[in-house]
Amino acid sequence: MKITLDIWRQKSPNDKGKFVRYELDGVSKEMTFLEMLDYLNDKLIKAGDEPVAFDSDCREGICGTCGLFINGRPNGPVKGITTCQLNMSVFKDGDTITVEPFRAKAFPVIKDLIVDRSSFDKLIQSGGFISVNTGAAPEANSIPIKKEIAERAFDAGICIGCGSCVAACKNASAMLFVSAKISQLALLPQGQTEAKERVRTMIREMDRLGFGNCTNTGACEAECPKEISLWNIAKMNREYYKATLG
Amino acid sequence: MCFPAKIINFNHILMGKLFGSSLAQKLVMALAGFFLILFLLVHLSINLLLLGDNPETFNRAAAFMSGFWLVKIFEVVLIGGLLIHIIMGITLQIQNWIARPTRYKKRYPSQTSFFSKYMIWTGGIVFIFLFIHFLNFWFVRLGFVEGDHHNFYGMAHQLFSYMGYNIIYWISFLILGFHLHHAFQSAFQTFGLNNRKCTPVIKTIGIIYSILVPLGFALIPFVIYFFK
Ligand code: HEM
Ligand code: SF4
Ligand code: FES
Repeated sequence: MKITLDIWRQKSPNDKGKFVRYELDGVSKEMTFLEMLDYLNDKLIKAGDEPVAFDSDCREGICGTCGLFINGRPNGPVKGITTCQLNMSVFKDGDTITVEPFRAKAFPVIKDLIVDRSSFDKLIQSGGFISVNTGAAPEANSIPIKKEIAERAFDAGICIGCGSCVAACKNASAMLFVSAKISQLALLPQGQTEAKERVRTMIREMDRLGFGNCTNTGACEAECPKEISLWNIAKMNREYYKATLG
Repeated sequence: MCFPAKIINFNHILMGKLFGSSLAQKLVMALAGFFLILFLLVHLSINLLLLGDNPETFNRAAAFMSGFWLVKIFEVVLIGGLLIHIIMGITLQIQNWIARPTRYKKRYPSQTSFFSKYMIWTGGIVFIFLFIHFLNFWFVRLGFVEGDHHNFYGMAHQLFSYMGYNIIYWISFLILGFHLHHAFQSAFQTFGLNNRKCTPVIKTIGIIYSILVPLGFALIPFVIYFFK
């Protein structure tokens, strides 16, 4: 099939950047979205043009590096998937697809579609450590955890740090990401010792890095590839009030 | 550094972090907003007395509201709450605009709460209405504006006999309903209350509140204009 692409091109962080239109023939329904971009880049290189820079690593939805803003939403039109899991079969012959980098002050563009998400690394670092003994893997049954709690923690723990929540939020807020980390550790006994310190420093860091403030619109939950729940944000709010007021 | 700089962290003020953090600011804002939500119920029940034929009942209620010392304290808290809500709302919103300096070219309208996207605008319109409202009533009592503050019943009936005023009134309450539609349930999420049992109930109460309360206010000029 034939696809028209409107892709954001930006040479360097300080370049102004602009949208460039590409007509791409011979796209097959079996391609993934990223394979389609590879295919485009092949053609660009053969024609002596600069290929479109984009990020990817695992290409199976677990590393969180590939996020793109496709036709007005993170990871394109399918719910609960990363960009690398998006298939060209959801598009039709003759479609125009707009591809933009994630936009946020805390995610500056490095080149074309690649953004610098090291602010997420800084957030994780600010969360510090948990006090557990290193060495051999501990006996799994020595700390009993209720099934419901374990599931809640797991549901939060599957966040891959892709940044789709920030990209989708009208306020560019990182609340869903931070809350997934906070609540995962706050739910489990292993995370209790540093729980108060962790939530305080992570919130401080989140504000410092220039993410926006949550207004509970729920866009993050709707677009998160791992479908992390807003429940985690409420949980984080409780943890924060406990740590600062109590 | 000079003296005040030591107590007041100017850096925090510049960054809008007057209350320590975005979460603390949001909590204060939600508390103030929720207080306003409760107050609207009291306000509505007093206003409904306007529909009675006896000016005395309403004027006595209004006099009670302005005379009783507990109510006076309540009034200060109320105005303070309103100001805090507005100031916090505007600061948070400005930070949110700064947090996304480059806009997207194409934006798919997300399926999430429609009115949540326009809180600053619905709030702004409510603010303009409140200004007109204060000009009409509260400022009269304080003596800033001319009028008979012993006869708010008469004043209200007079205002509601102008169609132009009624239209502004109705539009304002429609917009307030939009604001409250998101605000009610949002406040509980901010308080940290979100679970499978309560959240659907809260959302339902929020929708009922955001329809019935503005409707109740809007009904009063309707009845006065067309039936009195
Ligand atoms: C009677 C009047 C009002 C009531 C009862 C009210 C109530 C509320 C409540 C309960 C919230 C939710 C807070 C939260 O979840 O954190 C809210 C949000 C908001 N309000 Fe108001 N409000 C009123 C007037 C205003 C005015 C005059 C403005 C501004 C000019 C305003 C601006 C905002 C903004 C920007 C939000 C969104 C912030 C957020 O969702 O976190 N409001 N309002
Ligand atoms: S919460 Fe969801 S959208 Fe946000 S970083 Fe984690 S996986 Fe990505
Ligand atoms: S490349 Fe790893 S999640 Fe997409």
